[in-house]
Amino acid sequence: MATAEVTQPALRTRSMGSLRHRIANAPVNFFLAFIGILWLLPAAGLFITSLLPPAVSNAEGWWNVFKKPSELTFDNYSQMFDNEQITHALLVTAQVTIGATVLPVLFAALAGYALAWIDFPGADLVFVTIVGLMVVPIQMALIPMFTIYNKTNLYDTVLGLILFHTAFALPLGIFLLRNFFIGIPRDLMEAARIDGASEWRLFFKVVLPLGLPAIAALAIFQVLFVWNDFLVGFVLAQDNTPIAPTLAGQLRQFGSNLDVIAPASFFSAVIPLTVFALFQRYFVQGLLAGSVK
Amino acid sequence: MTSTSVRAEFPDPVRTPPAPPDRSRLRSFTLPMSFLAPAAILLGVWLLYPAVATVVRAFFDDRGEKFVWFENFDRMFSDPVIHTAIKNNVIWILVAPVAVTSLGLLFAVLIERIAWASALKIVLFMPLAISLFAVGVIWRIMYRDDPSQGALNAGLKVAHDSFSQEGVLPAARPSSDALTDRFVFTRQLSPGDTALMGLTAISESAVPAGAVQAADPESKSGAITGVVWRDFSPGGGEPGVVESGELGIPGVTVNLLRGSDTVQSATTENNGSFEFTGVSGSGYQTQIASKTFAQPYKGVNWLGESLITPSIIIAFLWTSVGFAMVVIGAGLSAIPRDVLEAARTDGGSEFQIFRRVTIPLLMPVLTVVFVTQMIGVLKIFDLIYAIAPGSVQNDATTLAFEMWKRSFSGQNKFGFGAAIAAFLMLLFLPYLIYQVRSQRKNA
Repeated sequence: MATAEVTQPALRTRSMGSLRHRIANAPVNFFLAFIGILWLLPAAGLFITSLLPPAVSNAEGWWNVFKKPSELTFDNYSQMFDNEQITHALLVTAQVTIGATVLPVLFAALAGYALAWIDFPGADLVFVTIVGLMVVPIQMALIPMFTIYNKTNLYDTVLGLILFHTAFALPLGIFLLRNFFIGIPRDLMEAARIDGASEWRLFFKVVLPLGLPAIAALAIFQVLFVWNDFLVGFVLAQDNTPIAPTLAGQLRQFGSNLDVIAPASFFSAVIPLTVFALFQRYFVQGLLAGSVK
Repeated sequence: MTSTSVRAEFPDPVRTPPAPPDRSRLRSFTLPMSFLAPAAILLGVWLLYPAVATVVRAFFDDRGEKFVWFENFDRMFSDPVIHTAIKNNVIWILVAPVAVTSLGLLFAVLIERIAWASALKIVLFMPLAISLFAVGVIWRIMYRDDPSQGALNAGLKVAHDSFSQEGVLPAARPSSDALTDRFVFTRQLSPGDTALMGLTAISESAVPAGAVQAADPESKSGAITGVVWRDFSPGGGEPGVVESGELGIPGVTVNLLRGSDTVQSATTENNGSFEFTGVSGSGYQTQIASKTFAQPYKGVNWLGESLITPSIIIAFLWTSVGFAMVVIGAGLSAIPRDVLEAARTDGGSEFQIFRRVTIPLLMPVLTVVFVTQMIGVLKIFDLIYAIAPGSVQNDATTLAFEMWKRSFSGQNKFGFGAAIAAFLMLLFLPYLIYQVRSQRKNA
């Protein structure tokens, strides 16, 4: 569209064109503004609800706050931080997220490197198996792992959750990183090898730094995925559950528990939203690499 | 560490190393294994083993002790709730991917035409970062039934009330036999007559603002007069008689009927009185217009059994359309400008170009978005758990949800649950084969 405008010969026609353009765009602007509001409204509803006293949030709609803004209070949040069950859940969520981001990134980078740059018999088979495993849904593993976890004391532990998430992150992680690493210029790798660098040295000194964009994308993807998990924590833990499964029990009395559910849900969304806002570029790149490939 | 890498010693551009000595052959196995080992162990124990074990488990009873052949699958396919789950899965697969992809395409195309595109992109993309559980909470707040609590029904109420207003007295009843059930004054009236139209079952707060002591109507020649009032005073009072302390009801529409025709209409004053002037002949009746008693708008029952699945799908669209828009937008910007220019020079209209050039060029991206959504939709659990109230869980359910419910919600029917999981995996199989094939082609 920009090109079309630039190629217009006379200045006059060009400005007329852009005026016509602008008029034609008025409905588009209006429609998209409406869509934007539609998208913001539900999230705003949660945020305002989280700032209302329980009696108010249970009885009336959150938009009434615009008539009586004096009702807004941070009481729900201060109570949330006094609620040991919820602070413990937030701590567990943070621990699981960190563990289940660092481990899969490291393991996937190692495996991705081997698949990209080390020749060994059966490499293709390994790669195809990994592509196949990308499709396996979490539901396929829950019953046997529940049994194993109960026998091995991994049930209801942070480590158990980390290992489960790590394993399920590996197929996509290996796939992404292998495809990224393979794009590293061959000359660079060969030169390092001639200089006598070992495979390990090559991995840490050349491949990891060059692979940083893909590694960052994978890490952000993983932070969001693990932080936001509900099912795995719900099934494989009981007292050490992350935040979402911890709140699940409150849903039964939805209206009257809004003073607990709303602030905890909003607070638990702030972290992934921040990560997302800060590293959006990497995230979109990773998403594109993961889905378009 | 000293390098024994084969290629370091023979730096030729061909990747296949020359026949290595024995020690190297061993190393050509141990070296990649040391890189692959952590991933291999985790994938073996947490993915490969349980995937196989789940299929095996599907052929054992719920306690895992007895081999029962296909009994679990029999149970599954004769279970009415599983039928609902399959029906819902079909609805999800038919509706959600198409809706996400087409809305994503629409937004991706339109957003290029506005100056604030990047701000809107963030707004539309943002929900993807929020957990589906929190998304469920967000939408459950939106979907609350009472229009005074749920934002969606509040919006619908505004739209509804601009067409038909809520009556001033939705709950009122006749106070005596003088009025019929349809609020018609039973006595036939002639000019000079009065109509006492008493109502009860009106709470004090429901009396319209401005109401004052009801007026006992006076007879007027050539006119029919009357009063509509709250026929109740503290202590009871006598039904059908206007007494001190009883309030007139303002703003009520009263119709004057002759036979089945409405001849005149009047609105009551603050003291409840009304008057029809210029009336001649006889055989009139008065009636309080039905709109006085119109029920308030109750709102759509979003979380009821019939709408629950569409409601959850709407919440899903909220989280997913941004993703589709961004991926499709990247595809759009990858279309070479000169291709579009050439089409324009050839005299194609914008719509023709969109249909015949843009869409075909975008097809690979659209397919990826569509397939990703189809796969994602089959796994959805959190949204259903968070949005559907317990009473409609069986109406909102899907296979992924039933897999959890039968196995882990305290039911412990692990054989049943494994059968559902195995069936679910069967649905993923075409995608798995497609993925492996397309990767083989690439490699």
